[in-house]
Amino acid sequence: MSVFSSKKLKPLFEPIITNNPVTVQVLGICSALAVTVKLEPALVMALAVTAVTAFSNLIISGIRNFIPNSIRIIVQLVIISLLVIIVDQILKAYAYNVSKQLSVFVGLIITNCILMGRLEAFAMANRPWPSFLDGIGNGAGYGLLLVLVAFIRELFGSGTLLGIKIIPQSFYDFGYHNNNLIILPPMALIIVGVIIWIQRANTKEAKK
Amino acid sequence: MNPIRRYLDKIKPNFEKGGKFEKLHSTYDAFSTFLFVPNTVTRKGTHIRDASDLKRTMSVVIIALAPALLFGMWNAGFQNSEALGITRTLWENFWFGFCKVFPIIVVSYVVGLSIEFGVAQARGHEVNEGFLVSGILIPLVMPVGVPLWMVAVATAFAVVFGKEIFGGTGMNIWNPALLTRAFLFFAYPTAMSGDKVWVSGVDGFSGATPLSEAAAGQPLTASLCDMFLGLIPGSVGETSTLSILIGAAILLFTGVASFRVMFSVFAGGAVMGLIFNLWGANSYMETPFYYHYVMGGFAFGAVFMATDPVTGSHTATGKWIYGFLIGLFAVLIRVLNPSYPEGMMLSILLMNTFAPLIDYYVVSANIKRRLKRVTVKA
Repeated sequence: MSVFSSKKLKPLFEPIITNNPVTVQVLGICSALAVTVKLEPALVMALAVTAVTAFSNLIISGIRNFIPNSIRIIVQLVIISLLVIIVDQILKAYAYNVSKQLSVFVGLIITNCILMGRLEAFAMANRPWPSFLDGIGNGAGYGLLLVLVAFIRELFGSGTLLGIKIIPQSFYDFGYHNNNLIILPPMALIIVGVIIWIQRANTKEAKK
Repeated sequence: MNPIRRYLDKIKPNFEKGGKFEKLHSTYDAFSTFLFVPNTVTRKGTHIRDASDLKRTMSVVIIALAPALLFGMWNAGFQNSEALGITRTLWENFWFGFCKVFPIIVVSYVVGLSIEFGVAQARGHEVNEGFLVSGILIPLVMPVGVPLWMVAVATAFAVVFGKEIFGGTGMNIWNPALLTRAFLFFAYPTAMSGDKVWVSGVDGFSGATPLSEAAAGQPLTASLCDMFLGLIPGSVGETSTLSILIGAAILLFTGVASFRVMFSVFAGGAVMGLIFNLWGANSYMETPFYYHYVMGGFAFGAVFMATDPVTGSHTATGKWIYGFLIGLFAVLIRVLNPSYPEGMMLSILLMNTFAPLIDYYVVSANIKRRLKRVTVKA
């Protein structure tokens, strides 16, 4: 059986929609509120979290048999912090403006519940390759939601996407206004809630 | 039997199971029970039923709102002619305001009712009558010149997220009309606050409401009497304290609204106003407390919004506390936070959120008191 068989790839694809970390497991909501005002920081945040989940899963899974059970959380946190610092430095070096916009939220990836959740639930009990895929899958599932929310918020809140004007000037001349409420955090919560609502209404599994 | 009843009975079979328009049953039901009190009799168990049902109660509120609405229409025209410096007759002013306000009423009803009917059909519920009142309250808390599409968006938001997701009429936590206003206030602040929006039909005319003048620390231009009568710029229905008091009299006389809530809101406002008078750190704090009654939406909120039986407290003691805190917070927000001049809206929404908690503690305090009586004997 090759490493890319459909059964082996299950940890990669399942978390993207059917077991999405945000909408189904309801983890990582806080950062979904904070970084989704504009699409660009949301994309960067999605990539950063995906990288950290994938590699922390890989590393922890690789050394899982050597970690004493009583101090496993500390070991996990050391690995996560290490990766977050690397990501932070890379962002500062190559994407300074976005890094400034994200400010403290890159550092706060450490506290993102998805990371600890996946390490505890998956990486501690599985081999490195499936753990790596699981990390990518969960990061992508988180990123997908982030991008979706940021898309709605930037389009209706600022009339732009990735900083490019989407809603034409003629609309504004006609009396259209940007919706300031969508930029405020409560509306992000409502948008996430609506996405969860739509998903649960359409899947049998979540109805239970 | 009169012809309407006969007609309704004639078309009834179409809407029953197996009829042509079976799917539209709740729509038929909504109209027929609106026109006639249903004569259904409960067969099992003991029920005490008032002759007046929810639809009749709502109609009384609409009647009570009429003075404020009619005055608001006239005032829209009056403010416009004042700004232009022309004199119009009473009817010309009224007609001008009517042309401005009526479209808002139509939009709020069409959007709100189509969502209500749609959801009721989809869920197989009866159509509830709650929106009957909300639909008329929404235009009354808007500035006259509010763009209609904003009213539509905000109404849709308030009905879906304030009401339907909680289970429809009777289940909502917040007053839908106030939620509409709050949505607009935060989403489109330029259309809902500031000096430019209160007088319709004159571009760029700066007609500050007494509330915003007070918040900015300026002396009030309108006299107390003008503010009481409502000859000031403001949201459609909130300016005239006099016509609101006529509505309040109707509501209290028919027993539709709770006198406990109404009086305690005014009491709360007075207490906070007097505290600020003692403090007296700036000119707004030194404003006599009764000015708060006639400025902005205080009276309107106290009479028509705070007394909403669904979103308020249900226990008698709870109503006193609930109303008192509304008045208290309204004045507190107004005076201490000039960026939110309309503290009434925010304070009612805040207390809506806390109303179930107040009820909970009132009920458990009662249980505790009675339990003590039992255990002392033993």
